[in-house]
Amino acid sequence: MEAHQIGLKSKKERRRQLWRQVRQNRDVYLMMLPFMVLFFVFTVIPVVMSLPIGLTDFDMAKFPPKFVGLSNFYNLFLNDSIFIHSIRVTLIFAVFTGPISYILSFLLAWLINEMRPVLRVIFTLIFYAPSMASGVYAVWQLIFSGDSYGIANSALMNLGITTSAIQWLTDSNYILPVVILVQLWVSMGAGFLAMRAGFQNIDRSMYEAGAIEGIRNRFQELIYITIPCMGPSLMFAAVMQIVSAFTADIVARNLVGFPSTDYAAHTIMTHAFDYGWVRFEMGYASAICMVLFVVMYLCNRLISKVLGKYMD
Amino acid sequence: MDQQKRLKASNRPAGRKIGGTVLIFLFLLVLGGFMVLPIWLMLVNSVKPVNEMFLFPPKWYTLNPTFDHFRDTYRVLSAMWIPFSRYVFNSILVTVAVTVAQCVFSSMAAFCLAKCRFPGRKFINGIIVLSLLYNSNVIYLMQYMVMAKLHLINTYAALILPTVASTMGLYLMRQSMASVPDAMIEAAKVDGASLFAICWRIVIPNQKPALMTMAIFAFQSAWNITGGSLVYDEAYKTLPTVIQQAAAAGISRQGVTMAAAVILFLPPVLFFILAQSQVMETMAHSGIKD
Repeated sequence: MEAHQIGLKSKKERRRQLWRQVRQNRDVYLMMLPFMVLFFVFTVIPVVMSLPIGLTDFDMAKFPPKFVGLSNFYNLFLNDSIFIHSIRVTLIFAVFTGPISYILSFLLAWLINEMRPVLRVIFTLIFYAPSMASGVYAVWQLIFSGDSYGIANSALMNLGITTSAIQWLTDSNYILPVVILVQLWVSMGAGFLAMRAGFQNIDRSMYEAGAIEGIRNRFQELIYITIPCMGPSLMFAAVMQIVSAFTADIVARNLVGFPSTDYAAHTIMTHAFDYGWVRFEMGYASAICMVLFVVMYLCNRLISKVLGKYMD
Repeated sequence: MDQQKRLKASNRPAGRKIGGTVLIFLFLLVLGGFMVLPIWLMLVNSVKPVNEMFLFPPKWYTLNPTFDHFRDTYRVLSAMWIPFSRYVFNSILVTVAVTVAQCVFSSMAAFCLAKCRFPGRKFINGIIVLSLLYNSNVIYLMQYMVMAKLHLINTYAALILPTVASTMGLYLMRQSMASVPDAMIEAAKVDGASLFAICWRIVIPNQKPALMTMAIFAFQSAWNITGGSLVYDEAYKTLPTVIQQAAAAGISRQGVTMAAAVILFLPPVLFFILAQSQVMETMAHSGIKD
């Protein structure tokens, strides 16, 4: 009813009402101010400034950037066979790492929650530790080292499965599986921890009420009480999972080098890195990032629809 | 009623069989064992003497632990122009400032976005999610230009400020606060509490799990700040920057590489344990209260 009335009011009156609302909420804006100032200055403004770069030919030396219209996108899809290849690699990568680590994060967060408090901290630490060990790629290089000193090779040779060392990190047949494995290993990250927090935040009295109502085992409790209470945490974890599945290139770059043999681990993000940080063709790199953003946005919309009923 | 009494007495939630719990424990133990192997290897190799490093088959333990690699790392670091303590100071300053500021600012902003209705709310909520998804390799250039305009290049502010407004932390808190009942906030308003008081006295104390999780993320990202091209003066560089420089070397200096990785790994782990044990305590309390 009220919305209808507002619709009938004149523009001037509506503006006055908006202004009144803004004034009424002065405290709200004040509380948000410190965060929003920093957010706009260091994130929003640079992002908005970088958007038009995708339409230019820009090498950081010649100012101003030369406007070339949509030709970057045209080249990307019609002339750049490595980009088409990188889309395939990215999709394989995302399909394998995204859903698996999402489900695994949830499963582990739930199972850990069934433990006693001290064990919870220990297990959460164990599964989250890979995300904190930024220098651990050196260890994986040791494990998948191409000579017989490598852990994986020496184990396989001792067991008699292979007779010679496998070039894990340079043979294009093995690169992608190895990178996916290591990515899964580091993927109990932000989403996993947020789900742990979600489990811990559920009101105990809900469970007690459930027990009186006749919840008989942990699965019923999970489905009827826990999951409906966890909607927002599940949504957060989904967004983080999309981001890490589509933009993962650090693992590959550190593990199998850049560029990888036959571009076996060359994702869209690696391609953008190539043009942005190696060749300094900023216009082209920006166009690549735009394409990636659109893919991630569509994926996010899809998942929001699925988890939709949990969103506020 | 009878059943409820029994549950209270055994102090075990509904429908929990001890066998199931043991099975879950074993499952977590096995999977966790695999997860922890590379980290174990990192720890072992950082104290392994060089002559044991290249044995065949590789060893998963050492009987003669040595701190030579740590000493080597320290020797390289202390031979630089700037005293080692300056790097440590820089890292501590940046990490503490970012973690505290991010927790305070993000909590307040998240509270407003989750629980207040005001013009612009939908717009900001939309931008937050979009900014999480937008990942550009070009943005560093624009950030540099903004910083240069603000004369922040080569200051502590260049290290601290860009990381403070993390949308990930904000989004996490907002999602978590969405489950706070509106009735609670309305009741406090009726009692005459200011918005600020409601946020800090009522909502945030109830959000300890999410708050501690955000603190862990903040600490981690702050600890790994290297500054990149935003600081060029050696006196402003942080520990990760110089340790990675010291550790960059071939296979023969593997021990030093591992020692460097361990040095960078330990502070986030200690902070993690600290933060998570805080959450553990709140759970215990709320258990008693019930």
